[in-house]
Amino acid sequence: MADGLRLSREALAAPFVGKVEELSGQNLSACYQCGKCAAGCLFTEHMDALPNQVLRRVQLGDESVLAASAPWACASCLACAVRCPKGVDVARVMEALRLLALRRGLPHLDPRATAGVPQIALVGAYRKLTP
Amino acid sequence: MKRIPYFPGCAMKDQARDYERAAQAALAALGCELVELPRWNCCGTVYSLANDDLMRHVGPVRNLIRVQDMGEDRVLTLCAMCYGTLRRSARFVAADPERLSRINAFMSDEHDYRGGVEVLHLLGLLRDVVGYENLASKVVRPLTGVRAAPYYGCTLVRPREVGVDNPDQPEVFERVLSALGAEVAEFPYKVECCGAYLTVGAPAIVAGRVRDIVASAAANGADLIVTSCPLCQFNLEARRPGIGPRLPVAYLGQLLAWALGADACLPPEAEALIQGTTPAAAGAQQR
Repeated sequence: MADGLRLSREALAAPFVGKVEELSGQNLSACYQCGKCAAGCLFTEHMDALPNQVLRRVQLGDESVLAASAPWACASCLACAVRCPKGVDVARVMEALRLLALRRGLPHLDPRATAGVPQIALVGAYRKLTP
Repeated sequence: MKRIPYFPGCAMKDQARDYERAAQAALAALGCELVELPRWNCCGTVYSLANDDLMRHVGPVRNLIRVQDMGEDRVLTLCAMCYGTLRRSARFVAADPERLSRINAFMSDEHDYRGGVEVLHLLGLLRDVVGYENLASKVVRPLTGVRAAPYYGCTLVRPREVGVDNPDQPEVFERVLSALGAEVAEFPYKVECCGAYLTVGAPAIVAGRVRDIVASAAANGADLIVTSCPLCQFNLEARRPGIGPRLPVAYLGQLLAWALGADACLPPEAEALIQGTTPAAAGAQQR
């Protein structure tokens, strides 16, 4: 992001944008960057891009967003989803990004990090953070 | 006795056994018998937010088929996460016959799910089936003087279309605690996430959340946090920082059982607090 984003017709119509829209079922162009999702998100201090910035990068076809930390800090609490004035379920966009990364083989949950947690946590973590 | 089909989920047979026992005893005192579903399976704990994950709905729907096979049209959960996944999946398949038929075709060993099973949470049952006034009239050990912070967490109230109450300003938990005689400690973190499953791979993130939630409850006068989510309960206890206020955490069913005079199976810290606070308990101790 340091060099800024290059806008182009090709980027906006990139298969990546379509894939995220398809997986999430969300109309990404509805987002007008009000930032309400980021304002209410409890996990932004662990994100290198705010939820609205993640959404913007997807809108612009910036596939490098798959390497952002935001989808992995998201706990699917849906605070953003119930507060978005445009009805965009940002949590579903985060889920789509997690799945795209996981399906490309990026491992994100260390299987050793499972000691001492109850099964309700294990099932949840494995469902969200493994392919 | 009113018979109510009941889906326990994993936690009720493990870390939250005391919640289940207390809730069963409390509901018996209210004239409700919980009938556990035969051959239930995991709800999945977290709802899939992806459009191409139909497979993730098979587990929840299989449980709904068990309810249907019992000749019933509703099922109760005590766990907030089971409530979320089962209720969302029920809604997901009811909204689209094609999805439903694909899931049914996949489960050729089961009767087809027809849709129409309603998933209830204990809080909804207390409000809609038992009723606040009726509940208050059954209280024999009021929680007078106990300042309880109702911690909803996420899945009870979000998303809006399946929540047991308004997602930002719910009141059902408060009304139930009031009916039990407790004083309600309103606190702004009551619907804010504890970090949920991040507790496995990123416990430090959860510790930060728990620190804020507990500090907020304490700052607003609470001496006890009440939850219905076994994952919140685990995080609130296992991930709380070593410094700062240490509020005991109890399950909704445990306070319910205590107030109704049933076996409450309270954790020792919470029991000591209630014993030391309520006049009824103090009187009972004097005798």
